[in-house]
Amino acid sequence: MDKKVTVYGTSTCPYCIRAKQFLKDHSIDFEDIDIGINQEKAQEMIQKSGQMGVPVLDIGGEIIIGFDKPKIEIALGL
Amino acid sequence: MSNVYDLIIIGAGPAGITASVYAARKRMRFLVITKDIGGQTAWSGEIENYTGYQFISGAELAAKFEEHMRKYSIEVKEGEEVMEVRKKDSIVLIKTGKGEYETKIVIIASGKKSRELGVPGEQEFKNKGLTYCATCDGPLFTGKDVAVIGGGNSALDATLQLMNIAKRVYLINITSGLTGDQIMAEKIKRNEKVSILNNARVTAILGEKLVKSIKIEQDTNEQNIAVEGVFVEIGLTPNSGFANEVDKNKSGEIKVNCHNETNVSGIFAAGDVTDVPEKQIIIAAGEGAKACLSAFKYLAIH
Repeated sequence: MDKKVTVYGTSTCPYCIRAKQFLKDHSIDFEDIDIGINQEKAQEMIQKSGQMGVPVLDIGGEIIIGFDKPKIEIALGL
Repeated sequence: MSNVYDLIIIGAGPAGITASVYAARKRMRFLVITKDIGGQTAWSGEIENYTGYQFISGAELAAKFEEHMRKYSIEVKEGEEVMEVRKKDSIVLIKTGKGEYETKIVIIASGKKSRELGVPGEQEFKNKGLTYCATCDGPLFTGKDVAVIGGGNSALDATLQLMNIAKRVYLINITSGLTGDQIMAEKIKRNEKVSILNNARVTAILGEKLVKSIKIEQDTNEQNIAVEGVFVEIGLTPNSGFANEVDKNKSGEIKVNCHNETNVSGIFAAGDVTDVPEKQIIIAAGEGAKACLSAFKYLAIH
């Protein structure tokens, strides 16, 4: 697994917490971006995903909106 | 008949998960079908009234619930939505977006979801500026103009969160005055960043890729208000649309007796989707336990 994984989320959203926990459970390193405190990254997420809901996962360039477990598993090859 | 389950539980919030733990311990042949895990608990902020935890966040409590359920090897169909529940002879048929199931008993524990406005633009702009969760998405609207729709406690709670981060908050309330707790309403009225519009009805959400404005009707006037965020906080509605044969009250809640039985034998219901008085996590959990025990007794005599 050498895809770069980024999670865009807010500190208060339950599905962001679950998505990050899921990655940790599978020992996957990821960049954890809190868009609540980083406006520039918030814009980047909106650009990438075309929407404003969190979490958004960028898995090696593939954009997954929400904690969509089946899609995440496929993207990560789990 | 080997494909017939003893029990299918619809939903995995506090009611559904507790029912599943009881069913596992009774060694029933059962299945859980659910859209998500944790239900509304996962979205709750701070919880200080679930016995045993003086303080726990909703996300943590939901994770504890899930952990408890996963301790048993319970078959869980996550991400599957139930479309129809129907009684046929002595069997209950359950149709989902992915398949069909047969069971002797069903416990409907599908909870509640945010009520929608039902105006043009709402579906189109979901997650594109329009949201039902101020706690989750609020921080995205730092320094922007936003509207909160509603006048009850959840709308006031959202306004209190947003007035600290947004540039301006329009509180669009359909009644003549705010109906939420006075202590919150007073704080909001004192804040210069908040404009309260009473007797105001939202008629459309407008924008291009993302939300740009809302159209409102106030008395006989119509106006557009430029906002980038719309927070819909107009209460909850039960997820009971797939159960057409059971009696419901005016709000769509499934009517149950004190044994969690509906008017249809073999169909039980528990938690926020029912007309049980008071919607609380601990009550939903207790109702789930009670429904499973009732279902177990039902199985013994049917």
